[in-house]
Amino acid sequence: MAPWLVRTSSQLVRRAARRLLSPSQHRRHRAPAPWKLCSVPPVPRTTSPAAGGGLWEFCSVRRFTGDSSPAAASTAEDGLAGGELELDFPGGKVSFVAEMNFLPESQKERINCYRVLDDDGRTVSGSKFQEVSKEMALKMYSEMVTLQIMDTIFYEAQRQGRISFYLTSHGEEAINIASAAALSIDDIVLPQYREPGVLLWRGFTLQEFANQCFGNSLDYGKGRQMPIHYGSNRLNYFTVSSPIATQLPHAVGAAYSLKMDKKEACAITYFGDGGTSEGDFHAALNFAAVMEAPVIFFCRNNGWAISTPTAEQFRSDGAVVRGQAYGMRSIRVDGNDALAVYSAVHIAREMAITEGRPILVEALTYRVGHHSTSDDSTKYRPVDEIEHWRTARDPISRYRKWVQGNGWWSDSDESELRNSVRQELLQAIQVAERMPKPPLTELFTDVYDEIPSNLREQERLLRDAIKKHPADYPADVRV
Amino acid sequence: MMCSIQITKGLLDKYGPDRVLDTPITEAGFTGIAVGAAYQGLRPVVEFMTFNFSMQAIDHIINSAAKSNYMSAGQISVPIVFRGPNGAAAGVGAQHSQCYAAWYAHVPGLKVLAPYSAEDARGLLKSAIRDPDPVVFLENELLYGESFPISAEVLDSSFSLPIGKAKIEREGKDITITAYSKMVGYALQAAEILSKEGISAEVINLRSIRPLDRAAINASVRKTNRLVTLEEGFPQHGVGSEICMSVVEESFEYLDAPVERIAGADVPMPYAANLERMAVPQVDDIVRAAKRACYRAAPMAATA
Repeated sequence: MAPWLVRTSSQLVRRAARRLLSPSQHRRHRAPAPWKLCSVPPVPRTTSPAAGGGLWEFCSVRRFTGDSSPAAASTAEDGLAGGELELDFPGGKVSFVAEMNFLPESQKERINCYRVLDDDGRTVSGSKFQEVSKEMALKMYSEMVTLQIMDTIFYEAQRQGRISFYLTSHGEEAINIASAAALSIDDIVLPQYREPGVLLWRGFTLQEFANQCFGNSLDYGKGRQMPIHYGSNRLNYFTVSSPIATQLPHAVGAAYSLKMDKKEACAITYFGDGGTSEGDFHAALNFAAVMEAPVIFFCRNNGWAISTPTAEQFRSDGAVVRGQAYGMRSIRVDGNDALAVYSAVHIAREMAITEGRPILVEALTYRVGHHSTSDDSTKYRPVDEIEHWRTARDPISRYRKWVQGNGWWSDSDESELRNSVRQELLQAIQVAERMPKPPLTELFTDVYDEIPSNLREQERLLRDAIKKHPADYPADVRV
Repeated sequence: MMCSIQITKGLLDKYGPDRVLDTPITEAGFTGIAVGAAYQGLRPVVEFMTFNFSMQAIDHIINSAAKSNYMSAGQISVPIVFRGPNGAAAGVGAQHSQCYAAWYAHVPGLKVLAPYSAEDARGLLKSAIRDPDPVVFLENELLYGESFPISAEVLDSSFSLPIGKAKIEREGKDITITAYSKMVGYALQAAEILSKEGISAEVINLRSIRPLDRAAINASVRKTNRLVTLEEGFPQHGVGSEICMSVVEESFEYLDAPVERIAGADVPMPYAANLERMAVPQVDDIVRAAKRACYRAAPMAATA
């Protein structure tokens, strides 16, 4: 387990052990406490007879619809049994108990993490996953490599002052590409900002990425946004928006509209561990469950929200445990395992569409790069922690081992791919840099559907000013 | 989506539970969801119990709705309407009484409407829903209970009013009074009183705060040469300030007197009935201001 994961969970274990094993030290001079810590009874597991062919085990959680089926009878140790000691309450019958049992703040064990490939890129024995064809597998691999190279080169371009800002997805290439591969083009994507790989998968070209970063006249955003705020109507990828987690309720609304139109598609929205603290996270998950909206909530738990580690972000066991609080099915997956991410999103999508329900997917991963070009993460986290995840836990090399192990990829393929992507990128940057910026008219369009009279007036005044003082106006921006 | 005042009565039966939704209580949540649905091509109408609670959703109104068309260069349009009661009611205190016209009219990308009469409400709401841009529709709780005469034309199902056009509610030649929402009624009462004293006041019902019908306002001031701006909201950076500036920019030489501004008191709305009465403009305040602009008032002591 990764150093930072081990630290957090061992802290929990130590604290729990202290409380459970030495109560006398805490309550030396008090009467024995009238309550005890109640361990949540294990939920019976049943293999679903329906979809997936036994690919996943469905944790049988009751849906409290208020029907008359009795709640699970209290066990003997509580001293009560039988139907007459129940409360008929909206949502279903509730059994009474004579002792105060506080649900513990955390389970004894953390929620398990689904993985398919081990660290050496071999499928774990007994693992169940969605098979991929050789063609799909290779496309996934080459897009992961492309994303990695794109990030490296654009980051360097920012450092050279050629673009004003950039942020990388280093360490999260499997999340980006594998989740995108499991979706259909009709599924609506509402990203946060660390998911350009989804756009890459869908066919956004390196030139189109470069145009947006340079804000030139070919940018679909007409130079209105900072770099990495990509968007494409054609590819069903909503323009990146800076405020954190606002895309979550948007995704529920988009999903609801898909449901109303009876489309065979879902919405998916991505967010980080930090995003789960926003009010919008709570509102969106609750709403999605109540409205039964077909949306996948994909949490990239990468350990850091700029400089805030997860230990200071929440006290719950990550994001996955929160799903049940909203009545939502959830799963935790190894975010650096491309096949695990692919399988989980594939099944989540099926559930969301056929059952009309939201699903929460938490992918455990690590943000290898700095938060953005405005950040130096060595100031708040140890360099060896970054190095460990960058090398030993790299999702690309792990997946590469699996692909090569199948005889589908060779070292020469690798160098050929990396060279050609690099060349294409450098070319795209050169072209984008030389492209003129958007013309002056575009300053005033799109505020409203039609340009209002006050903006026409302002444009006229601006053009007059430029005519009078041409030397004060940049020569390379078209009027 | 939540209403204790029964404006949406009957809509559930008419349109069904897929289109008329009761939601969990989170303004940020249901506004965000509605914006997401608008991104996808639906035309949602979001109801705030009062616009005071829209503060909990203001990020979605401004950053997710108002700016999206511009920031996405036309790829994401947001044909959404935010409606609900705005401004003071009666005895509901500070957190239920603020007027948000100036707040929302400040933002490029939003349209802001304020109906006064039943005809305004029907015609403007229809236009708001049909408009491809996000519209903030500021109603008034006390006006819900008031009756207005309407023509058969208004009752026709295709009736709508254009956005950005004010209405001259009463023609006059001595002074222009601009107002919106409940204050239009007060201005009309003041105009009646003024007419008995020989001052003919022209009352403009703005109807649209953004875009403001600058042409109508300036044409009226060029005719009357005097202006009183009237609003219920707080004075600083209010709607009246913008109207005054528009007149200074376009019709300065036509003014025969300084522009008078009538607004609510610059305090959070008090609850006690006597204090509340003093915190909002009353008809006699309007009459006095009109007289000052006509140089017919006793000289006032300079205020600090």
